[in-house]
Amino acid sequence: MNYIEHVGKYFLMLKQVFKKPQKWSVFKEMLFREIEDLGLKSLGIIAFISFFVGGVVAIQTALNVDSPFIPKYLIGFATKRSMILEFAPTFMCVILAGKVGSYISSSIGTMRVTEQIDALEVMGINSLNYLVLPKIIATLFFYPLLILLAMFLGIYGGYVAGTLTDLFYSEDYIYGIQLDFKPYFVQYALIKTLVFAFVIATIPAYHGYYVKGGSLEVGRASTQAVVWTSVVIILLNYFLTQMLLG
Amino acid sequence: MIEVTDLYKEFNGVPVLKGISTTFEKGKTNMIIGQSGSGKTVFLKCLLGLHKPDSGIISFDGRKHTELDIKSHRQLRQEIGMVFQGGALYDSLTVEENIMFPLKMFADQSVSEMLDRVNFVLKRVNLTDSNKKFPAELSGGMQKRVSIARAIVMNPKYLFCDEPNSGLDPNTATVIDNLIQEITQEYQIITIINSHDMNSVMEIGEKIVFLKNGVKAWEGSNKDIFKTENEAIVNFVYSSNLFKKVREAYLNETK
Repeated sequence: MNYIEHVGKYFLMLKQVFKKPQKWSVFKEMLFREIEDLGLKSLGIIAFISFFVGGVVAIQTALNVDSPFIPKYLIGFATKRSMILEFAPTFMCVILAGKVGSYISSSIGTMRVTEQIDALEVMGINSLNYLVLPKIIATLFFYPLLILLAMFLGIYGGYVAGTLTDLFYSEDYIYGIQLDFKPYFVQYALIKTLVFAFVIATIPAYHGYYVKGGSLEVGRASTQAVVWTSVVIILLNYFLTQMLLG
Repeated sequence: MIEVTDLYKEFNGVPVLKGISTTFEKGKTNMIIGQSGSGKTVFLKCLLGLHKPDSGIISFDGRKHTELDIKSHRQLRQEIGMVFQGGALYDSLTVEENIMFPLKMFADQSVSEMLDRVNFVLKRVNLTDSNKKFPAELSGGMQKRVSIARAIVMNPKYLFCDEPNSGLDPNTATVIDNLIQEITQEYQIITIINSHDMNSVMEIGEKIVFLKNGVKAWEGSNKDIFKTENEAIVNFVYSSNLFKKVREAYLNETK
């Protein structure tokens, strides 16, 4: 199957996904379960990574700003801008593509090869709508919150790193993060996050849903899902940046 | 009654079902048998609507399965219970939740009513005290029972079973076979079992459809098998020495 066929099949899948849920109470139950599995369970790793990435960005900027003519508050400014514009929305979503993408792909793929999806279809349930729609809604709802948290923790990580290493004064850093704050940049980051969240929920679901074979194929589908989700995120990041900031 | 007329199905130009016609009646345990690769799983999946036939008609009590719109198709599927070869139980749900799942989706009942129904079907398949267990904690036979319980919880009109006793020891397999036959007669449903277990076929096969290379090569009851001279079914059924001796004994007795 060539790439165009895959793209076509992906959009046909989405057509089935975006149908009215057959039972709202069951959909609600699934949605809360997905928020927990795809969102809450990623809180720890996102908090950990963003905190240390913020710290590293601040330290590296401080080490590279050795000219006495460059003010130290630029360290805080650079850390804030990098975290808000790129590290939180894009870097964290690539991390989530690995963690959540492989989970979605392997769980749906396993359901496929063990005939659990056939069991849903035989009962008269739209399996794509039942399995994928709650994942999309959960990621669209929760990931912007997760990315806002990543922004905050990244900037805070920079502050902690600076004060622990004495590379810059905390007053300079705080002045830097307040300097020239543009709320539009946060909006831009959140728009990117929403697009990436959709990609993270749907591309792995596509790979898992159409898997054929056994456990080996589920593993392969999971790897492919992570690779393609990351590639699509990186490409979309380029186009969205051009569209929204260019 | 389920009527199948001239059913054709091919994959990538390779014909798998080549014009199968047959009927399956209410209250009977119907069996589809044949060697591996004979097309029985594809046939069963066409009946269930999981594969779309290339041509032919499948009619469920006058409703042409192949001509129904999506909504009516889903409606019909709610009248179907299915026991999958591996059980196909949802790993993340307990036994109780697995069986309650179709009720939650389609029945407007309170939780206590649903629980009553779940307990009733669990009792019917002789599996009590397992409500809170997960599928991974159950033996193969118990998983099959849960699968049967889930299949009958909505009072289906049609029950399909794909190799229900594969991987089970002979005793448990007999228990499962008898359970399916009892349920079929008790609820007067149409049961279709896909199997190549000859013990099951001889034990409960009230109507048997034998497929060979995608063609219906023979049909009849388990009693007819002893008398038939059809080479294809004789070679398939009596491939083991034990069954050959049983047949010889039967034929000598009836002479």
